[in-house]
Amino acid sequence: MPNVKKDIFHLLTKKGIVTLGLLLLIWQTAAMFNSPDFLPNPLQTLKGGWEIIRNGVLFNYVFISFMRIFVGWSIGIMLAIPVGLLIGQFVIVREIFEPFINFFRFVPAIGFLTLFLMWFGVEEESKIAIIVYATVFPVIINTIAGVAGISVIKLQVAQSQGASPFQIFCTVTVPASVPYIFTGVRLGLSGAIVSIVAAEMLAAQSGIGYLIYTSRLYFRTDWIFIGILTLGLSGYFSDRLLRFFGRTLLRRYGVK
Amino acid sequence: MEVDAIIRIEHLSKTFAPLGKNDKEQCVLNDINLDIAKGEFHVFLGWSGCGKSTLLNIIAGFEKKSSGQIIVNGESIKGPGRERGVVFQNADAAIFPWSTVWKNVEYGLRIRRMPKPQRDEIVKRCIDLVGLNSHENKYPDELSGGMKQRVQIARSIANDSEILIMDEPFGALDAQTRRLMQNEVINIWEKTGKTILFVTHDINEAVYLGRKISIISRAPKATIIETIEVEAAYPRKLDNPRLAGIIRKIQGFFDSEYNI
Ligand SMILES: Nc1ncnc2c1ncn2[C@@H]1O[C@H](COP(=O)(O)OP(=O)(O)OP(=O)(O)O)[C@@H](O)[C@H]1O
Ligand SMILES: [Mg+2]
Repeated sequence: MPNVKKDIFHLLTKKGIVTLGLLLLIWQTAAMFNSPDFLPNPLQTLKGGWEIIRNGVLFNYVFISFMRIFVGWSIGIMLAIPVGLLIGQFVIVREIFEPFINFFRFVPAIGFLTLFLMWFGVEEESKIAIIVYATVFPVIINTIAGVAGISVIKLQVAQSQGASPFQIFCTVTVPASVPYIFTGVRLGLSGAIVSIVAAEMLAAQSGIGYLIYTSRLYFRTDWIFIGILTLGLSGYFSDRLLRFFGRTLLRRYGVK
Repeated sequence: MEVDAIIRIEHLSKTFAPLGKNDKEQCVLNDINLDIAKGEFHVFLGWSGCGKSTLLNIIAGFEKKSSGQIIVNGESIKGPGRERGVVFQNADAAIFPWSTVWKNVEYGLRIRRMPKPQRDEIVKRCIDLVGLNSHENKYPDELSGGMKQRVQIARSIANDSEILIMDEPFGALDAQTRRLMQNEVINIWEKTGKTILFVTHDINEAVYLGRKISIISRAPKATIIETIEVEAAYPRKLDNPRLAGIIRKIQGFFDSEYNI
C-alpha cells in the first residue's frame, strides 16, 4: 500500500494542490500576527472579494482591463508581424530599423505613459497605445528570429520548384516563421498585462490596476489581494487559452 | 561528345574562398567534363568529402561555379530551375511539414497557377506512381523515411522536371527500405524516362542502379577519373559475375586513388 500513498501524494504535488495548501498555510500563519489592514487572512480576503464580485465591480474591471489588452495587443500583433517579416527578409530594411528596435526595446512601455497621455489624451487611446507598444517588440524580435532560422533546404526546394522570390516569401518564409511568431505573440500578451496594470494604476478610473492602487485609499487590503489574485489567475488562464488555440489551430506549423 | 546531351558540363571548377584568416582557399572540383544523355541514369560515386554534393549543388543551381560551363538543354544555367528537380537527402527539411502529402506534391503546380482539374489529375497520377495512394491526406510527421522520399520524388515528377537530382537520397534509410526505394527509383525511371543524377558513396548502390557511373577522385581538386557504362538489365543481381567484376574494378580505382 505505500505505493498507493506515494501515488496520491504525487498526484497532489503534480496538480499544484500541495503548493496551494502550503501557500494558504503560510499566509494564514503570517496573518495571525498582523492586523487585517496590513495583512488580511485568506478568509477575510475571500469575503472582501465576494463583496466586489456581488456588486459586479470586479468583473467589470476585469472586462475593462482585458478589453484594453485585447484591442492593443491585436493592433500590436498586426503591426509587428509584417514589420518583423520585412526586417527578417530584407537586409536593407533590417539595417534601417534594427537600431530603432534595439534602442526602444529597452525602454519599457510605462516610460511612455506621460507622453502618450499628452499625445493621445487621458481616455482609452493612451492605454491602448501603451499596450500596442508593449506587444510590438517581442513579436517583431521573434518574427525576425523565425525568418532567420528558416532552413536553407526549404528555400532551395521552393526555388527548384520554380517559385519566384515573392512566392517563396508567402509559401515558405511566412509559414515556417509561425512558431516563432506565436512565441512572440505569447510574450506580447504577458508584456501587455504587465503594462496595462501599471498604466491603470497611474492614469485610469477603472480596471484591475486601478482596483489595486485605489483600494489602499480605503484601507481595503483584502481588495488589493483580490486584484493581485485576479491578475495572476487571468494572466495564467489567458496564456493557457492562447496556447490551446496555438496547439490546435497551428499544430501543423510546429506550434507546441 | 554526344549530340543529344541534356546536360553538358565543360571545364567545371569550384574553389571555395577561405573561411577565416588561417584558412586557405580550397579547390574542391577541378576541370570536370561530362555529357549526360537524355534519359540516362547517371551515378556519381566518390568517397566522403570528395565534392559530390558540391557538384550536384552547382548543377542544381544552388551553388555558384568558379569557372566552366553547365549547359542544360542547350542553355547555360542561371540558378535553380524547374527542369531540374531535386530530391534532398534530408527529407525532414525538404518537405513542408504544414502541408499534406497531396499539397506537398502539388506545390510546383500551384505556384504555376495550373487549373485545379488538371492539377488534381497530375498529382493523383504521381502519387500513384510512387505508391503513396491512400496516404494523400497524411502530414509529413505521419510518414516513414522512405515515404518522405517518395513524396519528394513525386513532387519533382509532378512539376514535370526532366532531370531528377538525387544526393544520397536513401542514406538515412535502413537496408531493407533502401533496397525497396532503389527498386522504386528504377521502376519510376523506366516508366517516366527521366534523366537521373544520383550521388552515392556506396559502390554496391552505384552498380545496382547506374547505367553510367562517374568515379570521382579524392579531394581536393577532385575530378572524374572515369565514367564506366554498366549494361545489365534491372533488377540486377550484384553476385552476377560481370557486375561483381565491375565492383572489383571500381574498388581497384579507389584503392590506387587512396593508396590503400
Ligand atoms: N560552403 C563551403 N565552404 C568551404 N568549403 C566547403 C563548402 N562546402 C563544402 N566544402 C568543402 O568541399 C569539400 C567537398 O564537400 P562536399 O559536401 O561536396 O563532399 P561530398 O562528396 O558530398 O561528401 P559526403 O559524401 O560526406 O556528402 C569538403 O572538403 C568540404 O569541406
Ligand atoms: Mg554530400
